[in-house]
Amino acid sequence: MQLFPCPFCGPRDETEFHYGGDAGNARPDGGDVPIDRWAGYLYLRSNPKGAAREIWVHMNCGEFFVMERDTLTHTVLSSAELGGEHAA
Amino acid sequence: MTRIYSALSLFKEGLTGQTGWKQAWRSPEPKASYDAIIIGGGGHGLATAYYLARNHGIARVAVLEKGWIGGGNTGRNTTVVRSNYYYPESVELYGLAHRLYEGLSKDLNYNVMLSQRGMVNLCHSTAEMEIGARTVNAMQINGIDAELFSPEDVRRVAPIYNFSSDARFPVFGGIWQGRAGTARHDAVAWGYARAASQLGVDIIQNCEITDFIIEGGRCRGVQTTRGAIRAERIGMAIAGHSSVLAAKAGFRLPINSYALQACVSEPVKPVLDTVVLSPGTGVYVSQSDKGEIVIGGGLDRIPSYAQRGNLPTLETVISGLLEMFPIFGQLKLMRQWAGIVDVVPDSSPIIGESPLPNLFLNCGWGTGGFKAIPAGGTLLANLLATGKHNDISRPFDLDRFASGRLIDEAAGSGIAH
Repeated sequence: MQLFPCPFCGPRDETEFHYGGDAGNARPDGGDVPIDRWAGYLYLRSNPKGAAREIWVHMNCGEFFVMERDTLTHTVLSSAELGGEHAA
Repeated sequence: MTRIYSALSLFKEGLTGQTGWKQAWRSPEPKASYDAIIIGGGGHGLATAYYLARNHGIARVAVLEKGWIGGGNTGRNTTVVRSNYYYPESVELYGLAHRLYEGLSKDLNYNVMLSQRGMVNLCHSTAEMEIGARTVNAMQINGIDAELFSPEDVRRVAPIYNFSSDARFPVFGGIWQGRAGTARHDAVAWGYARAASQLGVDIIQNCEITDFIIEGGRCRGVQTTRGAIRAERIGMAIAGHSSVLAAKAGFRLPINSYALQACVSEPVKPVLDTVVLSPGTGVYVSQSDKGEIVIGGGLDRIPSYAQRGNLPTLETVISGLLEMFPIFGQLKLMRQWAGIVDVVPDSSPIIGESPLPNLFLNCGWGTGGFKAIPAGGTLLANLLATGKHNDISRPFDLDRFASGRLIDEAAGSGIAH
C-alpha cells in the first residue's frame, strides 16, 4: 500500500484517493470555442512517462489538490493545494 | 531444411536427429528504407506486417521492437478470445478478429492452441438478468453467437462456483458465448512473426524509436537506436506507450496509461474448463492447459507506466476470486505481473491516421487488445497499404472524439474501467 500526501490530512492510503486528470487543463471559456479545443479539453491527455503534474481528490476530506508524481517509479515529488490556474 | 510444421515434418526430423529445423524468423540488420515501418513487435504489430505482406503484397516492411517480440502486453494478458460486445461497430471489429482466430493456426502454420471452451458472464440479480437478456438479444441480432444461461446452465459449465445459499454474489444466470475461449499468447506473436518473416518482412528487435523524421509536415521515417530508417508509411501499435511516441510526433491522444495486473496459481488438476467472469467481483478466471488458474480483474486506479501491479488491487481481485470459488482458498499464487494498457474514455480502440500525416495509429485497446490482434493487424495493414479506412475501421478513427460519435463499450468488456 502506497501512502499519498494529502495537503490537508497528511499521508493516507492510496485507496483513499481518486485521480482527476492533468493539472492545468483549463476549461475553455466563452461561447465561441472551436470544436477541436473542446475535444482537446474533454479528451486529450498528456499521459507522460516519468514526471507528471496531476489533479487528485482525497475522497475522505473531499479536497482537490495538485500532486507531482513519477508515473514510472510512483515516487511522489510534491503535493499542494490548488493554485491560481484552477481557482476560476 | 524443414520450413513447414506438420506431423510428417516432425517424423522426418525425428529420423535425422531434429537437426533440420530452421530458425522461426530471421533477425536481419535494418535497411535504410522500407515501404512501411511498423513500430511495436507485439501481436498487433506483427499481425500488421503479416497481413501487409499477405493481403496487400507489400513485403518491404520492417517491424521495429524496442525489446523482444511479444514481451509487452502480448505476453502479459490472460489469453481470452471472445467477441461478446454490444454495439454493431464493435461486433464487426471483434467478430472479424474472432473469425480470423478460428483459422489462425492453419493460416500461419503455427499452433496458437485456440481452445474454444466457452465463456460465461454471470448475472447476480434479476436486474442483471434483464440486462443480460438485452445483451444476448443485441449479440444475436448482430450475428454473434450468444445464449442466455439459467442458473442450472451455469452450474453445468462451472460446478465449482459458489452456489451456496449465503453466497455474496449468487447466480441468477449468465451470458454464454460458446465460441469464446483462450489461445496461447506467445504462440500468436511467434506465429505471426514466423509467417511474416517467411513473406520477407524484417523483424528487428532491440530497436527503440528515439524520434520521428518529419519533412514538409509529413512523417517520413524514424530515428532509432540502430540508425535512421525511412518509409512511405509508418504504423504504430505500441499499446500503453502510445502517448510517449505521440508526444515525440507532436500530438496528444485521448489515452491514460494504467497497469492491468493478472496472476496465476500453481498448476492443479483440471477443475474449470470454461472462462468465468463475474461483474460483481470484477474478476475473471480460466484454467490454463498446464493447470494453472489464470486470474484477471480490473485496472489499477493510479495512472502508471510501471509494469507491476499495486497491492490493493491484487487484494480486491483475490477477495473476489475467493467469493466466486471458495475451493481456491488453499491455492498458492505462483506469479503476478502487470502490463501497461492504453485506456480510452469510451473503451474502444483508435485506428486511423494520426494528426501527423503518414503516421497511422493502432492503439487504445485498453484491457482487451489480445482478442483483437488479427483484426487490429488486418485494419492497420489496410490503412498502411491504401491510406484509407474500410467500413470496419472507419468508426474507430480518432475524429470520433471531436464529432462525439463515441462507441461506449465500457460495459462490453464486462468489468468497470
